Amino acid sequence: MKELIVLSGKGGTGKTSLTASFAKLAERPVIADCDVDAADLHLVLAPTLRERHEFFSGHEAQIMPEVCCNCGVCLPECRFDAIMEPAPEAGHDTYWIDATACEGCGVCLEACPMDSIDFPERRCGEWMISDTACGPLVHARLGIAAENSGKLVTTVRQQARRLAEAGNHPLIIVDGPPGIGCPVIASVTGASHVLVVTEPSVSGEHDMERVLGLTAHFGIPTSICVNKWDINPSMCERIEAKARKAGAQIAGRIRYDTSVTQAQIQERAVIDSDAPCAEDIRAVWTALGLQ
Amino acid sequence: MTAALDPSFGRAKNFIVYDLQTQDFTLISNTQNLNAAQGAGIQAAQTIAKAGAAALITGHCGPKAFRVLEAAGVKVYNTDVPTIAEALARYKAGELTEANAANVEGHWV
Amino acid sequence: MILAVASGKGGTGKTSISVNLARVLDAPIQLLDCDVEEPNAHLFLTAAPSSEEEITIGVPKIDAERCNACNKCVEFCQFNALASVGKAPMLFPELCHGCGGCMLVCPNNAIREERYRIGSVTTRQAGLITLKSGCLDVGVSLASTLVHAVKERRNPSTTAILDAPPGTACPAVATLRGADFAVLVTEPTPFGLNDLKLAVDTVRELKLAFGVVINRAGIGDDRVRHYCEAEGIPLLLELPDDRRIAEAYSRGELIVDALPEYRSHFERLWQAIDNESTKQRGMPYRAGVAR
Repeated sequence: MKELIVLSGKGGTGKTSLTASFAKLAERPVIADCDVDAADLHLVLAPTLRERHEFFSGHEAQIMPEVCCNCGVCLPECRFDAIMEPAPEAGHDTYWIDATACEGCGVCLEACPMDSIDFPERRCGEWMISDTACGPLVHARLGIAAENSGKLVTTVRQQARRLAEAGNHPLIIVDGPPGIGCPVIASVTGASHVLVVTEPSVSGEHDMERVLGLTAHFGIPTSICVNKWDINPSMCERIEAKARKAGAQIAGRIRYDTSVTQAQIQERAVIDSDAPCAEDIRAVWTALGLQ
Repeated sequence: MTAALDPSFGRAKNFIVYDLQTQDFTLISNTQNLNAAQGAGIQAAQTIAKAGAAALITGHCGPKAFRVLEAAGVKVYNTDVPTIAEALARYKAGELTEANAANVEGHWV
Repeated sequence: MILAVASGKGGTGKTSISVNLARVLDAPIQLLDCDVEEPNAHLFLTAAPSSEEEITIGVPKIDAERCNACNKCVEFCQFNALASVGKAPMLFPELCHGCGGCMLVCPNNAIREERYRIGSVTTRQAGLITLKSGCLDVGVSLASTLVHAVKERRNPSTTAILDAPPGTACPAVATLRGADFAVLVTEPTPFGLNDLKLAVDTVRELKLAFGVVINRAGIGDDRVRHYCEAEGIPLLLELPDDRRIAEAYSRGELIVDALPEYRSHFERLWQAIDNESTKQRGMPYRAGVAR
């Protein structure tokens, strides 16, 4: 079984649109949306929900107002400025904890002389399995101000792998998260191939280099493709030269094409529309040589 | 013993502790660790050390877990065989080589 | 006063809007690049770094003489940064959040703190713009901590624009918390709308005054505009889709420098922010007193 991860470094390079087209072109794939911050793949693949699971990770501190004696001992101990002073006008008669700032370290529990702080598991989001016309889709949604999407990414990949093994699917296609942080690392470890979708701009170049550094570090075979390459042909060449130097393959170029957005509006994959760039996408898919 | 060998260490579901002399084995659960937000390998390595094992056979062991195991004097052997029984057979036959460094990069969690 | 520029989805033009907004103001202004995983604002301003400050957290240093291997610190650590193998615990500084809890629980006074580098903040001066860019070291996961470090280096006597990381996870929320006004940048596409809704949920949760900028207006449909109307969200600016903007951006040029006819768009955006700030917070944005 092979696993292709589609990454971009910076956002907005067309990674999700491309992934959706690959999902259509591939033979019996399992699809995983690991872009859990801004999961958009479901908007194009028209999924029917099969299962939904809550996702917990870490803990969060909560002051129980009926026990708190308002001594304030906890306040200076918190290094994340998560403990707030009483604000009766806002309904907080005692000290309280801003859940969006709490790191879940547990220092306040240690400091509190009244044992007034509860420490439940933190609900970080949910993950789902759905059916689409292309195959099963594992996707997720991260709660507001939730952390640790790396762990959620791992969960999504594990579920995709389980489905692929059970159903004898030859390929998993993963829409990866942006950036180069923990979620991205969680999305590439152990993958068979990474495709970096970039664009011919100074930001695209900068971020692609950071991503290629990462995939080289993990020793994962990597290809790149430049989307909207004709916006700046000389920058496109510069990027391709840098990618080659970093040991990546060039999987092709995709032209700037406004009908990509039209396909999105019609909730269709680009490959199913009459967009001129569809042939470029097919060529990139063939160049990847995964099936 | 015919169960599949999980290729990952830190987030493996269970560990089997096998006594080479008596051929007895016990199962240690690692499920609590499956949910660790970070540092699952470190926790798992402590579990192995506490169980008193002298050697660990696993698919992939990251650098942090390796550091803990090394400090605890647990030898690490990597293998990609599919089942526990086969991994054990290879170990007994002296066909596994001892790892002297972690074989996967830690994810930067 | 603090203006945060954010978006649910990457690649909508957040950095572009931030930098151009800063450029058209005829007064000293600070631009804080809080997108610490992929800081890009400096690519659009020609200015050499004037200083680089190392950002550190306090991680435990255990005195093996005093430690009696009681393991209280290991059991306390929520982040699995300490491991016990019978002797004094081992530390994995890359997992430490710097909460100080281990020091607090140690009964033998065996723990003191030492500094551990997580990234840097670089300052540049480009005309009236003081740019401070946070950059997270590769392999470190404490993006929110670095965001706080960037924000702490704000000079409270002048206006600050915060370029937020994309998404609605921790680092984005760390940037938005405490802002006086949030500008949410989106695209008129289904992906843009989906991610805008998540961003709106976030700023509402944080109780921030906010408005929306539609970038690349004309490429998609009217659903974003209808959504804003239905929700009573002010539309601050629509920046038209113009291939020349994409080309200027690809070369690392500012829109207002390369295409002066767009200067008035950004001046109008300041005006709209001022008006909305007055309406939603009872005080104009720029006339406000520093906090």
